[in-house]
Amino acid sequence: MISLEQQILQFVITGITIGSIYGLIGLGFSIIYNSTEIINFAQGEFVMLGGLITVTGIQVLHLPLPFAAILAVIMVAVIGIVMDLFAIRPLKDASAITLIIITIGASIFIRGVSSFVWGKEPYTIPAFSGEEPIPFFGAVIQPQSLWVLFITIVIVVGLKQFFDRTLTGKAMIACAFQPRAASLVGIDVSYMVLLSFGLSGAVGAAAGIVIAPMSMTQYDMGVMLGLKGFCAAIIGGLGYPWGAVVGGLALGILESLGAGLISSGYKDAIAFTILLLMLFFRPQGLLGKTKGDRV
Amino acid sequence: MTFRSLLRSPYTGFIFFAVLLLLIPLAVTNEYYLNVLIIIGINSIIVMGLDLLMGYTGQISLGHAAFYGIGAYISGVLSAKWGVPPLMGLLLALVGVSIIAFTVGNPTLRLHGHYLAMATLGFGIIVFIFFQELDFLTGGPSGLVGIEAMTLFGITFDSDRSYYYLVSIVMLIILLLSINLVNSRVGRALRAIHGSEIAANVLGVKISRYKNGIFVISALYAAVAGWLYAHYITFISPSSFGFMFSIKLVTMVVIGSLGSLWGAIFGAALLTSLPEFLTVVEDYETVAFGIILMSVMIFMPRGLLRGIEDLVIKIFARISDRSEVQEKINE
Repeated sequence: MISLEQQILQFVITGITIGSIYGLIGLGFSIIYNSTEIINFAQGEFVMLGGLITVTGIQVLHLPLPFAAILAVIMVAVIGIVMDLFAIRPLKDASAITLIIITIGASIFIRGVSSFVWGKEPYTIPAFSGEEPIPFFGAVIQPQSLWVLFITIVIVVGLKQFFDRTLTGKAMIACAFQPRAASLVGIDVSYMVLLSFGLSGAVGAAAGIVIAPMSMTQYDMGVMLGLKGFCAAIIGGLGYPWGAVVGGLALGILESLGAGLISSGYKDAIAFTILLLMLFFRPQGLLGKTKGDRV
Repeated sequence: MTFRSLLRSPYTGFIFFAVLLLLIPLAVTNEYYLNVLIIIGINSIIVMGLDLLMGYTGQISLGHAAFYGIGAYISGVLSAKWGVPPLMGLLLALVGVSIIAFTVGNPTLRLHGHYLAMATLGFGIIVFIFFQELDFLTGGPSGLVGIEAMTLFGITFDSDRSYYYLVSIVMLIILLLSINLVNSRVGRALRAIHGSEIAANVLGVKISRYKNGIFVISALYAAVAGWLYAHYITFISPSSFGFMFSIKLVTMVVIGSLGSLWGAIFGAALLTSLPEFLTVVEDYETVAFGIILMSVMIFMPRGLLRGIEDLVIKIFARISDRSEVQEKINE
């Protein structure tokens, strides 16, 4: 019999794992939102594609896991770029509602194509390094959870370096602040948008790959994951990439505690209730600063 | 009244449309087509309400399927568990939905843009989960059976034909109410809010009161539609009221053309019957749906109705241009 403290510790560990995934997905949202102010409803589909392409890489092409994963990341980045070229770029100065519908259309399209390519059955891949649980103060940690954390940290640190240290990264931040001003100082804004779609696709795919061993990967898994990632981005503060990670962790832990201690059926309701409370009482997010609306 | 002012009157179109609707069953006798038409009617009731909110007032809702579902479940559960007659069920559904919409609308409509979209979406998902989890009332994911067929004032609407007339009449009443609403002082206030909330506020429009009001009205439309749906199919399950249906409703409004009641009906008719046409391509249905959505938005971002209108005007302008040039050459 495990004590309540140990149970709570276990829920927190689960929460941190799933929260990192939400954070990665939210990071993908933030990258695109930052350079375009578009909420990409196909973000969850990037995650699903990342998982399914890896499955194909391993099971059909018989690639070792790292190669299959790299293949998936590259392919999904290309899909993100294609999406920008064919669905987003033709629309200049479209309204927010139009852009929301476009990305929803893209997500339905991607889901439809995937249900052909992979069918409707769920797939799974073996854990990256064994499935022997590691004991931790009376609770256990799955080795895959450590992988999830590790990959999340690598991506977050990598992106931070990219945005802070490289010229391209800084140019993308500039587009986020003021696209017009950015283009005046010689930044190719539409190239930066293209890049942000590619980058967002790659981050989404990475999230899909690391959870593939822990959950069933299926053509329609992207819907809920995408929405949770969106929640994470808003809870942390939309447009603050690191906020998405903080928001994801907060969401993951609260959701896991709620599911364990209150009711697992209402798990998603708990997540979205947190979102609503956040929106009503602190719409700028955990990390965001209040700013006045301009007329 | 001159012929021209008659043409301009919003009621002329309404009368033509009403006559058309009531004549359709003479031409369409196939039960299956009538069934599709009934669902189109039910959907267009929700979409008109959503258009009042989105198209006229400029407030997005990605959770309207929830109100549709609450309307259907209140009347459905009362009917299936306690044998409450449909008319009483409708009244209680309207009371229930207006209380919920008012409570939710108040804090939600203070938000803007993506935040508003996300809050309404979250609300829709929470309601959906309650439909699934309150299984002692709702029958859970497998659905609620045993809803009684529609009986109003002693008349039972048990054939597709009679139900078609019922839905058409309810829809026409709601259309008439909406036409009056958008052409009234309230309608102008709503459009002012769409234009600029701050400007509207400066002009003395009580924004939050109007936004809440129109949100409750559009929720009530959805509840009426849900009530019609529950007593038509006599079986409801949560999957009819999920996130994807909310998205479909928004798509109907946008594809039809925002801010046009006729556009709303057109959008509802098109998107409801689209799967019937797409059965030709069977498995490609979702793929085709995605492509159609994207291409309409890319090529006609103002919606199909306005897009076609623009196209016609452009063609006419080109023809008249050409004839003017021809005339000049002739001179």
